[in-house]
Amino acid sequence: MARHNFLFFITILEVWTLIYLDNSSTTKVCKPSIDASVACMSQHFGNPSSLHKMGLDAENIVTEAKKTLAKALGCDASNILFTSGATESNNTAVLGGIAANWRNGERIVTSGQEHASVVEPLEHLRGQGYEIISVHPREDGHFSADDFIDAVDENTVMVCCMFVNNETGAILPVSQIIKGVRKKNKKTLIHIDAVQGFGKLPLKISTVDADFISMSGHKIYAPKGIGALYIKKGTKFKPLLFGGGQQLGQRVGTESVPLIAGFSAAVSMCMENMSRYTAHYAELYEYLKSKLLEIPDVSINSPDDGVKYILNLSVKGIRSEIMLHFLEQEEIYVSSGSACSKGARSHVLSSLGLSEQRIDTAIRISFCYETTQNDLDVFVARLKQGIDSLIKTK
Amino acid sequence: MKEILLIKNGEIALKGLNRSTFEDVLVKNIRRRLKSLGNFSFQKAQSTIYITPQEDDIDLDEACERLKKVFGIAAFSRALVVEKDFDSIKNGVLDYLSEILSDAKTFKVNAKRSDKKFPMTSPEITRELGGFILSNFHHIKVDVHEPEVIVTAEVRDFAAYVSAKKIEGAGGMPVGSSGKATLLVSGGIDSPVAGYMMAKRGLELSAVHFVSPPYTSDRARQKVETLCEELCDYCGKISFYCVPFTKLQEAIKENCPEELFTIIMRRLMMKIAQKIAANIDSGALITGESVAQVASQTLPAIACTDAVCDIPVFRPVIGMDKAEIIKIAKKIGTFETSILPYDDCCTVFTPKHPKTKPKLDYVERSEALFDFDPLIEEAVQNTECVLIRPNH
Repeated sequence: MARHNFLFFITILEVWTLIYLDNSSTTKVCKPSIDASVACMSQHFGNPSSLHKMGLDAENIVTEAKKTLAKALGCDASNILFTSGATESNNTAVLGGIAANWRNGERIVTSGQEHASVVEPLEHLRGQGYEIISVHPREDGHFSADDFIDAVDENTVMVCCMFVNNETGAILPVSQIIKGVRKKNKKTLIHIDAVQGFGKLPLKISTVDADFISMSGHKIYAPKGIGALYIKKGTKFKPLLFGGGQQLGQRVGTESVPLIAGFSAAVSMCMENMSRYTAHYAELYEYLKSKLLEIPDVSINSPDDGVKYILNLSVKGIRSEIMLHFLEQEEIYVSSGSACSKGARSHVLSSLGLSEQRIDTAIRISFCYETTQNDLDVFVARLKQGIDSLIKTK
Repeated sequence: MKEILLIKNGEIALKGLNRSTFEDVLVKNIRRRLKSLGNFSFQKAQSTIYITPQEDDIDLDEACERLKKVFGIAAFSRALVVEKDFDSIKNGVLDYLSEILSDAKTFKVNAKRSDKKFPMTSPEITRELGGFILSNFHHIKVDVHEPEVIVTAEVRDFAAYVSAKKIEGAGGMPVGSSGKATLLVSGGIDSPVAGYMMAKRGLELSAVHFVSPPYTSDRARQKVETLCEELCDYCGKISFYCVPFTKLQEAIKENCPEELFTIIMRRLMMKIAQKIAANIDSGALITGESVAQVASQTLPAIACTDAVCDIPVFRPVIGMDKAEIIKIAKKIGTFETSILPYDDCCTVFTPKHPKTKPKLDYVERSEALFDFDPLIEEAVQNTECVLIRPNH
């Protein structure tokens, strides 16, 4: 018994000492999500396609989960497709959308800041002869909806734009872009990668009337391996996979019921607490920013009007990875640029016109609902220590 | 059907009175490498090691794969064990070699009779067996000069053996038969190759790696451990010493001329590696240096590095081009790991303009600007050791 108590104490201590500020890379799975997933693994483990009662039980869980996501977006459950994650959602939207609508033109307009899971499918299409037009931010670092709309012509088959940038937290004017593009060319498909915004910012189909919207589970406290794609009614696309006809043949393969249930539970938690979390993030953001601005060697790369759960900063002279590992020594976890591209210079920060020195020294802080002001104090103190003790190599 | 593995010693066969000592090391190495596959018995006779599986379900394909990486083996073959009479030998050829003989266009028979009580002589066996094969496989012809298949029939003391395929071994000397040496391994392409080459000459390896957290990451260290694990297939187990090097690098950066950073760093690395080597009775250092590859590998730079070494420093890739080194790295399976893009401590503080022709007295004077000895002692004290074994 005593040993048990001791172990429990150690576990608690570990949780206390660990400061995880890399929530835009991935998040700790929340309790409701874990419970929902576990219940599906141990009790409701039927195959949704089975004819018996257990199959029906599992099917109902999937149906309910679709309703939860649909409610969050303000759409119909039939618009929701579960996928293995954002990469599959983005690939399905881009490649599947183009495959079914290639007659509508050869031009694709996109922001110059997309995630690799959009950039790479687009590069693939470029190789097939499509013209990819990248829209860049203006001098003030902001994107203008007009620049997207101006780039769209009668030959434009698709517009791909992210909702929230994963590195800087900038919010892109997707609503205005969609309205303008729809006015200019009705046939142009619109894909919104909402991975960093869904579940954290209000996102309703009534204002963001896209053809495709990509979502991810593990960015909002669900397990990895689950995502979703919103598909507007009537929008044609070709599925990437062929098989047993699940999800109306649009995304085949036995549905991962535990992950779907976990995703749904996490979405419910985020939606119910959105205003509370938003206020919490805003408070943390302003606090951290004020503390950082007191340090002469730190500059902020995130825009003032971006989301309040991502803060990108540069530390003069200290390469991102070195600061990251220095913080890691005290169990403080942050990201250098985008976690997906180890070693490569960030194309997002480059597109903002930042100097190489500033890009190479950038680190990204991202909050979750459990982040506290104390976490940020510890982080800032350690950051200062790093600035004082680390050798400047940049 | 009982199969056996016949090992032909390489260079060991040329040794004199101490040959059996070398053979014992080789048998020990083979035994260790095959242990996880099941029980084998080992016999030595006439420059050959006989490995007989003691269980029926042993994976001999995997055993052959592992044997290909054991230094000290020139060649080996997989043979069928048959009764010592000519009919059994013939049946053995039909059963065991029919697929190989069906696919081949030419062959020759190579018979050996070491059991002189056997009624037929070697030329008789050769002739009769050749005729037997020709009458059973009509498409095939005899070619004594460049045959596609050499059918070997050996009549030895305990049994007769039939085989066709000679598999090339890794060559060299059995690891451990030439003593111990310590490899300085950074994570690049060259040092694992250098380690492989010296292990091939019979040296048992230990490895020293320098880490500089937070300037280098856990991934960089893990990469080097993976490289050593890959080397283990050839070298057997490796004691891996991980030296915390941050304070020393910071001290060089703070106290010595920037242009000499790399040279002084390498000298300190050599000093530390030497101390570790002394502690484990290792008689030499091994590095992956190649002349003129980078600034610290010019002749004067190497001379400055060597000046701190009291034991031999082996640099087996010294005269090789990068392309040649890469070729070996690919062969031994370390290349893909080596090119993973993690900073190691050699690349963190690289000076913009390193001195390519350093003068020893200038280097020594610059190094004397700071007393590195306490930090060297501390680094050695805090060195972590992990035993890395082959991954099976």
